[in-house]
Amino acid sequence: MTANSQQIALLDALPETAVAVGVRAADWREAITASGDLLVASGATTDAYTAEMIDTVERLGPYIVLAPGLALAHSRPSPSVLRTGLSWAALAAPVPFGHEANDPVRLVIGLAAVDHDAHSGALAKLARMLADTDRMRALQDATSAAEVRRLISEYEGGLQ
Amino acid sequence: MKLLAVCGMGIGTSIILKTNAEQALRNLGVDGEVEVADIGTARGAAVTADVVLTSAELAAELGEVDAEVVVVDNFVDVDEITGKLSAAVRARG
Repeated sequence: MTANSQQIALLDALPETAVAVGVRAADWREAITASGDLLVASGATTDAYTAEMIDTVERLGPYIVLAPGLALAHSRPSPSVLRTGLSWAALAAPVPFGHEANDPVRLVIGLAAVDHDAHSGALAKLARMLADTDRMRALQDATSAAEVRRLISEYEGGLQ
Repeated sequence: MKLLAVCGMGIGTSIILKTNAEQALRNLGVDGEVEVADIGTARGAAVTADVVLTSAELAAELGEVDAEVVVVDNFVDVDEITGKLSAAVRARG
């Protein structure tokens, strides 16, 4: 990995094919599968990675629900990760993941990483955006993938 | 002050936590460094840390360590992290 790869913009990691709103999911497995399918659609992963993300929750519990209503679905770097990427699956109706403090989940962000470093710049930006409650409220209300990306683009633009 | 952010894999949730914990340290005016670890290596990494930040579930899995363990519910709530870190920093002297 070159030094440049650590500077991946949030928007570059999240192409429009990786974003969906109004996603139907009956349970946490379907919700993670939706975020995995979006990673596959954008060319970041193969289907095997989706199964690995589900396996992570089965083994380690729903700790990926890191804030009220928000899950960061991910697994380890593996051969099923083709390139570093994010996905955004805003659910039509919230589903429980079994997390004591932060259930139910309305938004699943999928993360695929090729190694331990390449994605950290984009993820740090994501962390700061998730901490911005006004921006997140607008993002929760977004009704299209294009609107989600426009709001993220505005956020990133404001950082420069 | 040395902090350790712990998640299952050390690549996702813990980086979110690290980023917002660094902001919390700046809010508190505390000079500190935040590293990340996965739950498999966290016990070893915690030996040299003053404070370990993690979720309730992973804290239970981590077990007893010498560092102050701070359980964070909302990894993107800088106010929550700042408040809990403030108490841990005081406890650590």
